[in-house]
Amino acid sequence: MGIGFAALALACIALMVVDHRESHLERVRQVLSVAVHPIRVAVDLPFAAWQSASHSLTVQRDLLEDYERLRRDRLNANFQLQRLAALEMENARLRELLGSPAVHDHRVLVAEILAVDLDPYRQRFNVNRGLADGVFVGQALLDANGVVGQVVDVGPFTAEAMAITDADHALPVRVNRNGLRTVAVGTGDNNRLRLPYVTNSADIEAGDLLVSSGLGGVFPLGFPVAHVLEVRMRPGQSFADVIAEPVSALDRDREVLLVWDAATETSAVDDASRVSELQ
Amino acid sequence: MALGVGNRIWPALSLLAALMLAAAPVPGWFTAFRPEWVPVVLLFWSLVAPERFGMLTAVGMGLALDVLTGALLGQHALALLLAVYLCQRFQPRIRVIPLAQLTLMIVMLLALYEFVLFWVDGIADRTVPFVERWAPILSSTVVWLLALTVLDRWRRVAHARI
Repeated sequence: MGIGFAALALACIALMVVDHRESHLERVRQVLSVAVHPIRVAVDLPFAAWQSASHSLTVQRDLLEDYERLRRDRLNANFQLQRLAALEMENARLRELLGSPAVHDHRVLVAEILAVDLDPYRQRFNVNRGLADGVFVGQALLDANGVVGQVVDVGPFTAEAMAITDADHALPVRVNRNGLRTVAVGTGDNNRLRLPYVTNSADIEAGDLLVSSGLGGVFPLGFPVAHVLEVRMRPGQSFADVIAEPVSALDRDREVLLVWDAATETSAVDDASRVSELQ
Repeated sequence: MALGVGNRIWPALSLLAALMLAAAPVPGWFTAFRPEWVPVVLLFWSLVAPERFGMLTAVGMGLALDVLTGALLGQHALALLLAVYLCQRFQPRIRVIPLAQLTLMIVMLLALYEFVLFWVDGIADRTVPFVERWAPILSSTVVWLLALTVLDRWRRVAHARI
C-alpha cells in the first residue's frame, strides 16, 4: 500500500510540475474537459431551465415595457452611431495624415456564462464556447459596458476565462481624460481593481474613466475598463493608492462577447495561405 | 441481488453528486464556507468499503476536480490521495474508535487536504487568501456529521434487510 501511495503521489507531483512549467498537457486537459463536460451541463441545467421558464412565462405587460425601453435605447444608440460614423471617418483621415496604422474592426461572438462555480478564491468562469467556435487562449471578453476578462484555457466545447478582477490578472489601461498609461491589477474582489503603479504626482482623480490601452496585445484598444473610485496620496511612498471599480457587470452577467481582432485574423489567414503556397 | 446493485450504485451516485455540488454556484457570502464535498464523501466510502474505494478512486476524483475547477492538474488529486491513504492506513483503528474521535480524525484529514491545496498554490505562485482557506473545514465537518448519520442509518437498514 505504501509503495502504491508513493508511486501515485510521485505521478501527481510530476503531473503538476509538467502542467506548471510547460503546456504539453493541453491534450490531456482537453480530453478530461470533455469527460467532465456532462457535470458542467448538469450543474448549469437548473439555471438554464429557470431562465427559459421565466422567458416563456413573462407577462405581456412586462414584454411591452421591455420593448418600449429597448426601442428608446436603440434610438439613443443610433443617434450616437451617426456621430460615430463621422468621427471614425475623420479619425481614419487624421491617422492617414500622421502615417500611423489604422484601427481595425472587431468580430464578436456571444457566449453564455455557465452557472458553474470554479475555485472560490479566483474570479474565473466557464463559457459555453470552445475550440469548435475558434476560441483561443488570450482572447478578450467584453460585455455591453466594457472589458470583462480573457480566456485562459480552451476545451473543445467550453472555455475557462479569468475576470479582470482576479488577483492574478493585470491589464494595461490609460486614463481617458489625459492618456496617462498605467496597469490595473485585480484584487480578488469582483468589484475592485487596484492601480499600484501611479506616482503621487500623477494627474488622476476620482471619477476618471480608465480604458484599455491595447498595449498588452490582448485587449483591443479603447474599451472602458473601470472608473477611478478613490485616489490616496501616500507622501512617504513612491506610488499612490488608487482604487477603481470595473464598469462591466462582472457578477451579474449571463452573456459576454468574445472578440476577434480583424487585423490578427487576416494576418493569420495570410500566414496560412503563404504556408500553403510554399508547399 | 438488489442490494449488490445498490451497493455499487449508491457510492457512484454520491461521488457524482459531490462533484456536482463542488461545481454548483452558491451565493457570494457563502463561497468562503463552501464545504469540501468530494473529500468528505470519498473519505466516508473509503472507511465503509476500503477495498473498493482506495487511492485510485481518489486520484480519479482529484483529476476530475482539477479539470472542473481549473486548478493545476494533480493538485486536488495529490491532496485527496494523501487524505485517503492516511485514512486507510489507520482504518483498522479508525473503525473501532468512538464517533467523536473519528470525527476529530476526519477534521484533521480535511485540514491536511486544505493544507496540501494551499501549499501547492503557494509553490505555483498563485495568489490565495490565507484566512478564507480554512473556513471550508468548518462547514465540511458539519456535512461529515450529516453524512455519517444519514448514510450510516441507511447502511444499517440495508444490512438488516439481508
